[in-house]
Amino acid sequence: MADYNTMEMMICAAARYLEDGAAVAVGTGAPCAAAMLAQKTHSPNLVIIFEAGGVAPILPTMPISVGDSRTFHKAIMASGMCDVMETMQRGMVDYCFLGGAQIDMYGNLNSSVIGEWSRPKVRFPGSGGANDFGSFAWRIMVITPQDSRRFVERVDFITTPGYLDGPGAREKAGLAPGTGPYKVITNMAVMGFDPETKRMRIESVHKGYSVKDVQENTGFELLVSPELEETPEPTDEELRVLREEVDPHRYIIGR
Amino acid sequence: MLEVVAEGSGPLFMDPDPDKAREFFRHKNRAMVSKVMSVREAVEKFVHDGDYLAIGGFGANRIPTAICHEIVRQRKKNLIFAGHTSTHDFQILAAGEVFDRCDIAYIIGLEARGLSPNARRYMESGKVQVCEWSNYAMALRIKAAAMGVSFLPGRNLMGTDTFKNSAAKVARCPFTGKLFVLYPALWPDVAAIHVHEADVYGNCRIKGISVADLELARAAKRLIITAERLIPNEVIRQDPTSTVIPYFLVDAVCEVPFGSYPGNMPYEYFSDEEHLRQWLNVEKDPEEFRKFLDKYIYGVEDFNQYLELCGGIERIMQLRAQENLILNTNRR
Repeated sequence: MADYNTMEMMICAAARYLEDGAAVAVGTGAPCAAAMLAQKTHSPNLVIIFEAGGVAPILPTMPISVGDSRTFHKAIMASGMCDVMETMQRGMVDYCFLGGAQIDMYGNLNSSVIGEWSRPKVRFPGSGGANDFGSFAWRIMVITPQDSRRFVERVDFITTPGYLDGPGAREKAGLAPGTGPYKVITNMAVMGFDPETKRMRIESVHKGYSVKDVQENTGFELLVSPELEETPEPTDEELRVLREEVDPHRYIIGR
Repeated sequence: MLEVVAEGSGPLFMDPDPDKAREFFRHKNRAMVSKVMSVREAVEKFVHDGDYLAIGGFGANRIPTAICHEIVRQRKKNLIFAGHTSTHDFQILAAGEVFDRCDIAYIIGLEARGLSPNARRYMESGKVQVCEWSNYAMALRIKAAAMGVSFLPGRNLMGTDTFKNSAAKVARCPFTGKLFVLYPALWPDVAAIHVHEADVYGNCRIKGISVADLELARAAKRLIITAERLIPNEVIRQDPTSTVIPYFLVDAVCEVPFGSYPGNMPYEYFSDEEHLRQWLNVEKDPEEFRKFLDKYIYGVEDFNQYLELCGGIERIMQLRAQENLILNTNRR
């Protein structure tokens, strides 16, 4: 088994969830690398879409912006924001990737403020397309470092809906049934959500980490899946494609 | 009557009345006359203190940079800004402190490049009144205005603090009983959009993604176009399929080659990442940033002088090679 770094581990773990023929809405950075890796390995028919209007591009290099010209390079269509968001709202996008400054046990995400909204200690960009992605995609994926300042008991502000305050809350609020957070991929583990309580639970732990490590770097009590396993390591082929074809300049995997 | 079940408590900065908008558009001039003018003149004429301003493109992609600079140079004030897919445009306008109210979908950040220290300071200063939305929420508000209706429904925002601090409402669908967010129409007083080609009347062509600009062009009461190049009207008429903005929406046409710099212009030139990084770095020190703004914005006559300071045609040629994925451009 080849040596690999944390970022490579996270990207490879994320890529495996994107099955052939699925559609995924991505941003820049690790999510985009995961989608590209999936497309170049097990999912040649993966449809990658960008919120600014890029539909099914053949990405020549890593985009810097979700609206730069790479996001519609040799694409099927150079469309617009309403068309992309409405394709998601109609139910045609399986996965989206999101991030944020804070995430809680129900997968709610904060990318707006730290502190009081009316007098924030720190102001962040806000929703952007995150709330839209998190409302419309069937399955929300998150790639983020395992850190108890990020994994908090309560997010200061729910920018993007996870399972809100528990089972049934999304549907009660009016969000489309059957949608919600799916996997949270960190440098230590892959977490999913308990089907009954909708609380975050550890499903697999990466080589070299324990459940205790993950819990100690989380600001709330994690559940543990009865089928807990070790996350499969990146294969030589995945690492080769990632390093040679997806990110040869190491923009993402060099972080 | 629709049953409203929840309401956001954020401020609604603009009147969503479609009849007032119709009355305005009724009197908008349809004469096919040349609207070519300088950026300075366009901003003097069509951007007024207190206006609601929207900027086309996506952050640092196909943005009307020259208009943003000129608004700052003319020291416009008390604007309301549509913080929708905004990145470098927001950074410029925040540097000039030209707005004091802001609809927020995406602000402060420059995506993967990081957050603007100066824009953050401005937004944390308490000087700006804000309302929360998302990118699609703002696009829907603009689309409603373009359609001439007072609201459109969406299936996002619900259950979140983003909704609580928006000016949207949740209502029950009279057909299905399901809940939807209703977004109030937004008719900006003025918008600026950068395009690839326009004729002197304002018929415009855009290549690549349109983001929300087709809707924005139709929603804005006054519209300033900056174009990479002017083309003859006969060329427009030979291929009407390519026209995405018709002239009667447009108030000013400014020819600004490389007008999205330091942003990306699809098929023309890539973003100048070095200059954008320099901008982010210098913002860390407010004193240094003042000097930087004096040099690059307040101290120049126009956008051409700014381009010269940034490396002029030499730099643009490099960025054009990057955009077109042409390697080995070393000519020496």
